Amino acid sequence: MSRTVCAPLDEETVRSLRAGDRVAMTGRIYTARDAAHKRLVEAMERGEDLPLPLAGQVIYYVGPAPAKPGAVIGPAGPTTSGRMDPYTLPLLERGVAGLIGKGSRSEEVKAALVRHGAVYFGAIAGASALLARQIRSSRVIAYPDLLSEAVRELEVEAFPLFVVNDCHGGDAYQAAREAYRRVR
Amino acid sequence: MRTIEVAEVRKKVGELLRHSAHSLPEDYLEAMRRARVEEQSPSGQEVIEILLENASYAEAETVPTCQDTGMAILFVEVGQEVRFSGGEIGAALQDATRDAYSDLRKSVVSDPLLRVNSGDNTPALIHWEIVAGDGLRISTLQKGFGAELMSRVQMFPPAIGEEGVYDFVLETIETAGPNACPPLIVGVGIGGSLDTVGLAAKKALLRPIGSVSEAPHVAKMEGELLDAINGLGIGPQGLGGFVTALAVHVEVLATHIAALPLAVNLNCSAPRRATLEL
Repeated sequence: MSRTVCAPLDEETVRSLRAGDRVAMTGRIYTARDAAHKRLVEAMERGEDLPLPLAGQVIYYVGPAPAKPGAVIGPAGPTTSGRMDPYTLPLLERGVAGLIGKGSRSEEVKAALVRHGAVYFGAIAGASALLARQIRSSRVIAYPDLLSEAVRELEVEAFPLFVVNDCHGGDAYQAAREAYRRVR
Repeated sequence: MRTIEVAEVRKKVGELLRHSAHSLPEDYLEAMRRARVEEQSPSGQEVIEILLENASYAEAETVPTCQDTGMAILFVEVGQEVRFSGGEIGAALQDATRDAYSDLRKSVVSDPLLRVNSGDNTPALIHWEIVAGDGLRISTLQKGFGAELMSRVQMFPPAIGEEGVYDFVLETIETAGPNACPPLIVGVGIGGSLDTVGLAAKKALLRPIGSVSEAPHVAKMEGELLDAINGLGIGPQGLGGFVTALAVHVEVLATHIAALPLAVNLNCSAPRRATLEL
């Protein structure tokens, strides 16, 4: 059974989540992938204002497909999170509390999740058409020239996720692999 | 000589690319239905169920199965008795790609260092082959790059032997883990040279799931690699299980006495591939 969590995330929720938990997320989240991360981190280094809030917020690594006429958004599944690893520490230092993507994170990011109290969620990659049904609104708030890589504010409802890395050091991928590994 | 109008090729290839963005091949769906029964991990079963539901929803709604509708890779086999008329065939194939991607995601940058989006998903990558006869056969692979990024090619000395091939393939899958969106289709190229080994691995992804190499020693390797990969425990989406790959397709090429080139090309669990003949 999945439990409902609200975005942005509060500290109590973050602390209560454990690797492997199924979660239905409702609330406001922001999208950013490779090119947007690069710009955000460069803007931070220059001391500029950012186009989105960070404290307690959830960042979803996605570049959605174009929406059909009348649709809120096109298919919108997660992209590979590891590519965002080099940009993730400064975001966690500024209080980002949740990350959504697919695939493994670096040891540095996993340690930073523990240090800063944040959670890395996985969404089912390739279930993009179904995931888009849980997005109620979508608005580009920065970098429209990046096309699908622009930063969007999304309202999601019961968005299905699983906790990959929790803030206590738990790792769902690692645990799952060990449980089903057969020696060759 | 047989004359083929490039406008017809443009129209047909455009339609094919558009269609396969939202409609996954039947052999893949069949393999996933079998995997749903074979998978013993509850999380793995759940993931396969969701991916099958996503596939039928995408088909019914004519929306892409995955937001990454990929880079278009075209394999063109042209009969040597074919003459193209009404324009240049290469340009027509780029036009077909542009047409198809008008409402699909634009995932191509024109330069790998400057990284500015080309705006229309061109260029498509086109591989040409001249064959006997007067036919035209075009296979398409719309390759998502989550799996492409985890693919590998390396030049080995012959001494690594079959054992070394196994180790490299398994290490590739192990490193890819959940990143490449398992259940995977694994294409392996062995032999040739630096340029052709990667192409052989990619062409292996065009083979239908369930097809087996005609060479007995290669067929044996395909079966053993599949078993070994599915013993890694990664499972669907990396959530644990015995279905990490649906198929392993190995293609071998003649090579030089000094080398054993090796490539592993991974396809995610959304193989957008199709073929048309004119």
